[in-house]
Amino acid sequence: MKPDDPDILWVDEPKLGLAGKLYLPLIAQGLTTTTKHLFGKKVTVSYPDSEPEIANPLIYRGVHRLNRDEQGRVKCVACFLCATACPAHCIDIIGTESPWEDREKYPESFTIDELRCIYCGMCEEACPVDAIELTSLYNLTGRSREEMVFDKEKLLSVFDQTKDAEPMKSQTVANSLADTTPPKGGAS
Amino acid sequence: MWEALIKIGLLIFVIMTAVAYFVLLERKVAAWVQDRKGPNRVGLPLTKIRLFGMGQPLADGVKMVLKEEYIPGHVDKALYVLAPISILASALATFAVIPFGSIWPTADGYIDFVVAPGFDAGLIYVFALSGIAVYGVILGGWASNNKYSFLGGLRSSAQLIAYEIPLSLGILGIVLTAGSLRLDTVIAQQAETGMWNAFVQPLGFVVFLVAATAEAARLPFDLPEAEQELIGGFHTEYSGMKLVMYASAEFLHMITAAFLIVILFLGGWHFWGITGSGTEITWVTALLRVLVLFAKICLVVFGFMMVRWTLPRFRFDQLMALAWKVMLPLGMVNLVLVAAMVEYFNNAVAEKPLMVFLVMTGLMLVSIVVTAVLAPLGSRNERSPVGDLPT
Repeated sequence: MKPDDPDILWVDEPKLGLAGKLYLPLIAQGLTTTTKHLFGKKVTVSYPDSEPEIANPLIYRGVHRLNRDEQGRVKCVACFLCATACPAHCIDIIGTESPWEDREKYPESFTIDELRCIYCGMCEEACPVDAIELTSLYNLTGRSREEMVFDKEKLLSVFDQTKDAEPMKSQTVANSLADTTPPKGGAS
Repeated sequence: MWEALIKIGLLIFVIMTAVAYFVLLERKVAAWVQDRKGPNRVGLPLTKIRLFGMGQPLADGVKMVLKEEYIPGHVDKALYVLAPISILASALATFAVIPFGSIWPTADGYIDFVVAPGFDAGLIYVFALSGIAVYGVILGGWASNNKYSFLGGLRSSAQLIAYEIPLSLGILGIVLTAGSLRLDTVIAQQAETGMWNAFVQPLGFVVFLVAATAEAARLPFDLPEAEQELIGGFHTEYSGMKLVMYASAEFLHMITAAFLIVILFLGGWHFWGITGSGTEITWVTALLRVLVLFAKICLVVFGFMMVRWTLPRFRFDQLMALAWKVMLPLGMVNLVLVAAMVEYFNNAVAEKPLMVFLVMTGLMLVSIVVTAVLAPLGSRNERSPVGDLPT
């Protein structure tokens, strides 16, 4: 691009006033700002001593869970949409014929490699029956790689563990729409 | 002989501990300014006592000492090893003439709180050694055989040489009023009148403060290192103990600068009403003087750290413009003002201190405004004439 190209929009620097030229008032201004922050409220969370506050569990992306329906059965219909959407290829589903009347398939095995997962939430977006959801559990630890590959039972147990604190998102959103009040956080 | 050795041992112990804790303070201040808490986990070893992270310097030290002494294959080995030694040695040797207190009364006379008492060329010695410190930086940059290091070394040499001049001009005013190059005489003279030099020659104080910050290569003048541009500059290729030597030399330079600012301009150990002024003192006064001096040092160092997180780094042309177009003329003006005062109103400081302060501050403001209008510090990012750029 040439310097006289008509597409170039030249923006001239604003002229400095006397205070800017003196430089000292600007230093005073800057020091005021830094001094304010010196005594300001700190944002650090001293993690093991105090837990971080999850502002909105509805959009927090932590450990996965597999939701149960009203009868306690796994909601998943083994459609493979989550596995297809997953950019990290960490979801492994073996689908088989459903023993129940109301659906054709169900997952015989459903495993998520929590170490490969990048916690992007695409599986949650893709799921047509709101079966897979990301909870606000953030402190996921394990002593071996095998332990971190969550199977169906483990994922269902995560649901059992978190269902009271975090009801299913489909319900929460439906309720909140019915109440016409915004969803409240702090349910972690 | 023994007295000097004890003083040297004590001084080196105190100063090196201070360096370690100033590193911690720097990290703490950085954290606080950025709304963080800073290192607060390491306390007493083998216990759960945290002590606000006071054990951090010890842990850092152990880690650095245990690191492998690695010398890259492409460096000039002799110079590479010599550079950090020279910079640390010169930084430490500076403290030989710097008084770290006043005097300690004993049964037969008194002990001076300075390693080399009665050294008449104190200020010149400090300057000579700070000149040697440049060698450490340049040698390190050259010996590393790395373009970033070399650029850091070059920048450093240009910067330090440029700011030596305003630094000396700031000091010349002091030398004129004190009539001596001895640091203890400078303090004694300020203590006698109770007028710190910062009030008598505020312009010199500003010039010296800026130049000392630049000499210590503290932000906003840390171009020799400039992590974001030069990946650490002259010490890019250094690690382990050699890096520690560089880092502690840097903090030593900052402490030296703080000592000089306090001694030359902020009254040294003097504080109105509590430290007395003469040499007839008790041990309480002697202790108070040491404490006052160290409190002032800590305040100045804290000021350096606050400035670090306040001002962005200068561009190199701005740095040079500040040195040659602003600080050099201001230093000359200060020198002329002080010379005129010494020549025509020699007793003014003792007789009309308030008057001297007001007149000198007014003249300082006038000269700063004049320089600001004539040589503004702003960046000159003006549009190039069309066709001037390579197309």
